[in-house]
Amino acid sequence: MTSHIHNQEEINKQIKDFIAEILKQDRPDSHLITVLHKAQELNGYLSREVMDLVSQEMNIPTSTIWGVATFYHYFKLNPIGKYNISVCMGTACYVKGASEILETLKEELGIGVGETTEDMLFSMHEARCIGACGLAPVAMINDKIYGELTPKKITDIINKLRKEEETK
Amino acid sequence: MEKQLFTDKFSYVFGDQKFFKKQKRIALKNCGLIDPENIDDYIYAGGYTALAKVLTEMTPEDVVKTVKDSGLRGRGGAGFPTGIKWEATAKQQNDEKFVVCNADEGDPGAFMDRSIIEGDPHSIVEGMAIGAYAVGASKGVVYLRAEYPLAIKRLQKAIEDARKENLLGNNILESNFSFDMEIRLGAGAFVCGEETALMNSIEGKRGMPRTRPPFPAVSGLFAKPTLLNNVETWANISSIIINGAEWFSSIGVDKSKGTKVFALAGKITNTGLAEIPMGMTLREIIYEVGGGIPNGKKFKAVQTGGPSGGCLTESMLDTKIDYESLTKAGSIMGSGGMIIIDETACMVNIAKFFLEFTQSESCGKCVPCREGIKRMLEILTRITDGEGKTGDIEKLEELGNMIKKASLCGLGQSAPNPVLSTIKNFRQEYEEHVEQKMCRSLVCEKLLTYTINDKCIGCSACRRACPAGAIAGLPKEPHTIHQELCIKCGKCYRSCKFHAIDKTSVAKEQK
Repeated sequence: MTSHIHNQEEINKQIKDFIAEILKQDRPDSHLITVLHKAQELNGYLSREVMDLVSQEMNIPTSTIWGVATFYHYFKLNPIGKYNISVCMGTACYVKGASEILETLKEELGIGVGETTEDMLFSMHEARCIGACGLAPVAMINDKIYGELTPKKITDIINKLRKEEETK
Repeated sequence: MEKQLFTDKFSYVFGDQKFFKKQKRIALKNCGLIDPENIDDYIYAGGYTALAKVLTEMTPEDVVKTVKDSGLRGRGGAGFPTGIKWEATAKQQNDEKFVVCNADEGDPGAFMDRSIIEGDPHSIVEGMAIGAYAVGASKGVVYLRAEYPLAIKRLQKAIEDARKENLLGNNILESNFSFDMEIRLGAGAFVCGEETALMNSIEGKRGMPRTRPPFPAVSGLFAKPTLLNNVETWANISSIIINGAEWFSSIGVDKSKGTKVFALAGKITNTGLAEIPMGMTLREIIYEVGGGIPNGKKFKAVQTGGPSGGCLTESMLDTKIDYESLTKAGSIMGSGGMIIIDETACMVNIAKFFLEFTQSESCGKCVPCREGIKRMLEILTRITDGEGKTGDIEKLEELGNMIKKASLCGLGQSAPNPVLSTIKNFRQEYEEHVEQKMCRSLVCEKLLTYTINDKCIGCSACRRACPAGAIAGLPKEPHTIHQELCIKCGKCYRSCKFHAIDKTSVAKEQK
């Protein structure tokens, strides 16, 4: 548990340092979204504590930060799994059967859109177009894009990831 | 000689297939040919000569006039004449002005902006520097989607490299002109593609649109005069400066000059980006550049303009691709997404898909968009669930037309287009859904009937998959589905490995 606390302190320090640099620039308030990106990158998601920290450091009310964080899809307000699966629901993917991929994942993982599996391994989201329409239908798992998916292909990918985790 | 080799590289690498033959590449001229992370490659291909030309030979007024005379129009969707925007911003007296690049490519199915930034980032840097010189701005901002990590990386490198070569920064190329730029990341909100919402987002606020006027040229980013153009528009600038307004306006048709990049996707043989001269017909781009529909299926519709556009039918395939003709046909040019739809798609369902998108992306500021689209979606969902009522189609039309007139920004003003255009062109399909509870394309699950055919070997996979217990049968014997228990979830269909489950949809008797 101590290592966890230590880790959080380290994250907070990095966020503070990042904000200190931002405050040196013109119109620092306009960098709020940049700061939230950084905070999410470091912390994994935007917790209430992280938002309070940003609020204090940037001298912006938490209510304003909450307003911004909830407006944009990119910001996650709950912890997400180790593998963050974004199923592209853009037009090209939709026409080529993205909803089938989504249904398969729902059945396979037993979670709905925006949810995380209990073992904190997988989260699933619907993505707006990720601009890989030539490979439709696609899904992105963390930063990697998987193209030309079929229900079987996506099941195989999930099983492979599960196996990798077990052997670790 | 070497130069010739370089330009020939294109057909050398790709061959002279039809896909490339019909294209004319201006915005994409370097994509795939140069190393995007190497500024020398760009300079070798003629890069930054346009910037040098404006700084040494042209006054800001000359630059504005050239862009105006070229007839270039905004490539982001609305098609506003670029030169007029430049002129309006240049006229403003202010100690600080901005140029902004809209790289928040939100339309699903469009990826030309990403490709330009990933394949030729310096063209944006150069275009924006020229724009800044013309309107008297000293700062530039590129608003880029966070979903495009590679584009972010390459553009960042391009900006840094340009600074090192004194192509950005103070006294560029030893002139009096100073200009620098930065990237600001979006965070996944479709409405931020709207110019005033985008500026709010750059300012670190919720990306909600502002009322216009004042227009950005007068009061834009940080309430300063702002020139905002789309990625593809910026990418055209250097070529216009080098080759002149006359050259550019000789390409294309009447009111739409130059080329447009389209992202071909969906049920088409050649998916990918195609830059074509304005005035080409839809038929040419789909069947010649795109190579037609694969798997012997029949063409049903082409959707242009993303969630703001409309669906055009077979009879409209000879429509010319220019701003006016597409609008007249009931769609829009939009940012250039072109989704080809074949006979396996249900048009009501496609309309619902787009509306789901715009409904969840509505920022909630104005009532017509926030409430109206939600009500439209409710009606459409009812129709696809087999609970449509007589009069629903008329209600959709009435609501749609009202939302178009009363919404604050482009998102709401165009959100009903996919529904209205599919009602106009595929009214019969809507009527079948509403009156006969049938979906001829076998897409709307609630309107289907699942039956088991004689290919069934009795493996019981479907029986185990069925959450309603509607499937009965002994192992190794053909199974049957009890229709009164079936909840039409489609799980049996997906679980069957022997194609033994049929989907049908027949007209139901009217009560």
